[in-house]
Amino acid sequence: MSTETALLTGWGRTAPTAAHVVPVAAEVDAVVAAQAAGARGALARGLGRSYGDAAQNAGGSVLDLRPLDAPVELDPTTGVVRAPAGASLDAVMRAIVPRGWFVPVTPGTRQVTLGGALAADIHGKNHHVDGSFGAHVTEGRLVTGDGSIRTIGPDRDADAYWATVGGMGLTGALTEVSFRVRSIETSRMLVDTARLDDLDALMAAMEAGDERHRYSVAWIDLLATGRHLGRSVLTAGDHAPRAAVAGTEAEARAFEPSSRLGAPTWVPSGLLNKLTIRAFNELWFRKAPRDRHDEVQSIGAFFHPLDGLRDWNRLYGATGFLQHQTVVPFGEEDTLRRLVEKLADAGTPSFLAVLKRFGAASPAPLSFPMPGWTLALDIPAGVGGLPELLDEIDRMVVDVGGRVYLAKDSRVDPRHLTRMYPRLAEWQASRDRLDPADRWQSDLGRRLGLCGPRKERT
Amino acid sequence: MNDVFGDPQTALVLGGTSDIAQAIVRALVDRRLRRIVLACRRPEAAEGFAAELRGKGAQVDLVAFDADATDTHAAVVDDAVGRLGDVDVVLLAFAVLGIQATFDADPAAAVAAVHTNMTASVSAGLVVAQHLRRQGHGTLVVLSSVAGERVRKTNFVYGATKAGVDGFAQGLNDALAGSGAHVLVVRPGFVHSKMTAGMKAAPFATTPEAVATAVVRGLRRGAPTVWAPPVLRWVFTVMRHLPRAVWRKVPG
Repeated sequence: MSTETALLTGWGRTAPTAAHVVPVAAEVDAVVAAQAAGARGALARGLGRSYGDAAQNAGGSVLDLRPLDAPVELDPTTGVVRAPAGASLDAVMRAIVPRGWFVPVTPGTRQVTLGGALAADIHGKNHHVDGSFGAHVTEGRLVTGDGSIRTIGPDRDADAYWATVGGMGLTGALTEVSFRVRSIETSRMLVDTARLDDLDALMAAMEAGDERHRYSVAWIDLLATGRHLGRSVLTAGDHAPRAAVAGTEAEARAFEPSSRLGAPTWVPSGLLNKLTIRAFNELWFRKAPRDRHDEVQSIGAFFHPLDGLRDWNRLYGATGFLQHQTVVPFGEEDTLRRLVEKLADAGTPSFLAVLKRFGAASPAPLSFPMPGWTLALDIPAGVGGLPELLDEIDRMVVDVGGRVYLAKDSRVDPRHLTRMYPRLAEWQASRDRLDPADRWQSDLGRRLGLCGPRKERT
Repeated sequence: MNDVFGDPQTALVLGGTSDIAQAIVRALVDRRLRRIVLACRRPEAAEGFAAELRGKGAQVDLVAFDADATDTHAAVVDDAVGRLGDVDVVLLAFAVLGIQATFDADPAAAVAAVHTNMTASVSAGLVVAQHLRRQGHGTLVVLSSVAGERVRKTNFVYGATKAGVDGFAQGLNDALAGSGAHVLVVRPGFVHSKMTAGMKAAPFATTPEAVATAVVRGLRRGAPTVWAPPVLRWVFTVMRHLPRAVWRKVPG
């Protein structure tokens, strides 16, 4: 087993740190690496799509789970898929969509691994109906700090399971995940699109329309102010029935997304600035239909538009970017409105700002989603005044019982953590049981006092 | 850990009574800095500052540190690591200014100043670098000076030590590429502080607070060098190329 020292960052390409990267080609490699980890511990890493420092472990070991290769196994009688934790949702979808099945949850990219999906307890456009990823997993194999392998699931070693769901890799390395999949008739979506002129109209439309569709999300123009504050494009969709799609059975289930286009390897840091993003947002808003129903779209176009452009994170240049995702509980719509106002007034240049309504929370103590409105934004890291602005937004969010998403975080004030995640102590106790030697560590964990010899939440 | 904006949570200050270092720490405590080790020749001299930081919720340890005793550097850094856990930022902030006339009359005094400013900085810098390398991240902030950018006759011993430290810090930063650790070289002009009390201010004189602002911005950008005030970068681009006969006559 060879290791090499490499500088790693998250998808936002910020705050690089160096770690010993250990390729894991078999489960035993993860066991050996866990036992061999030094004082700075080990961490599993998949496709590195977390925006911040969640998949970094400065001075320690980082286990690259991608080489762990085994076929994606679908049992069509039970509708359960079993696959290595390093398999991507892309690989899973390519294996199961043509056979008439779909993943229970997908984020805005297929380029995440199953292990990462569970460790972050990812959510998608269907959260209000189906919950987060952890709700659909039947079983996982977890390499723990002492090098033993546990089979965990909601019905097996449930305490270890729920600590691992949303546990950001700090309970161990997942090597295999089994999860229930959804039966679909076609590989197409029926999509409704509506343009909303302001935030109130958007929120009213989302409240009224959410239960009619399995999937829904809104894109917001965060640079619009005044009476255009919160103008947005709401898309809602469902899997298209066979009758809506022409062609043979195989054609109706075809799934061959491509990403021929790649972003250039070097882009000046200022390319995405307030002016260019304002122009983009204007165009994006105007090109959206005012009110269109039942448009047939591919899975890729509806769920993963950015997967069409490889390495799109390079568009932000060397300075990189960050993502900030918060959830504000239902009943606190005024706070959400003030938050959008504050971002708009500050001229926060974000061209990927999305709003979505969450459904019920997961039993996992560190799972992010909770009933409420979630707002996610991409922002270039070099924007002046951003650290203070985001701190102010966090204070507004935490004051009404909301929280930020750890899988995307790179800067939250650790002192907020116990208020954002009131069941943190419960998680910490589970982790202490699972990993008494503190073997699993990450930069995010150290920054937030979730692991390591010193706790940061003082 | 440093966050996405380069804001550290822990700091080791070598030379904890330096006005510039204290201004930098103050600015960082307003962000994420919570645990600090102030290493000083006379720790009691930093007690007031430590109390101020504790009042802002920071945890502060004062430890004795004699920069001249280079054989103690490793132990001081190890002890700080024990107290801090990860060391996100280290401020290398000890130096003596001295008076050129004194050095002229007493070369042994000049040797002592060179030992403090240059030899001890090299020792401490290398000890810190070893630790940051193991840790896989962290920034060493080295207080250099424009006095080292082009050495002048009025303080050429001090200027020569800063020229040496500056070159050392740049080389160290290049050597650390790929390790996750960085060096930030800070080149202030004339700074109103204890060190310069009673001296006639040079053009573009600045304050410890302004230097701190420049350093925070440098950490944010991951910059290898910051100047304070920033205009000195351009001033010295010119100064560096003045003919010697002219440079000799520049007043100051």
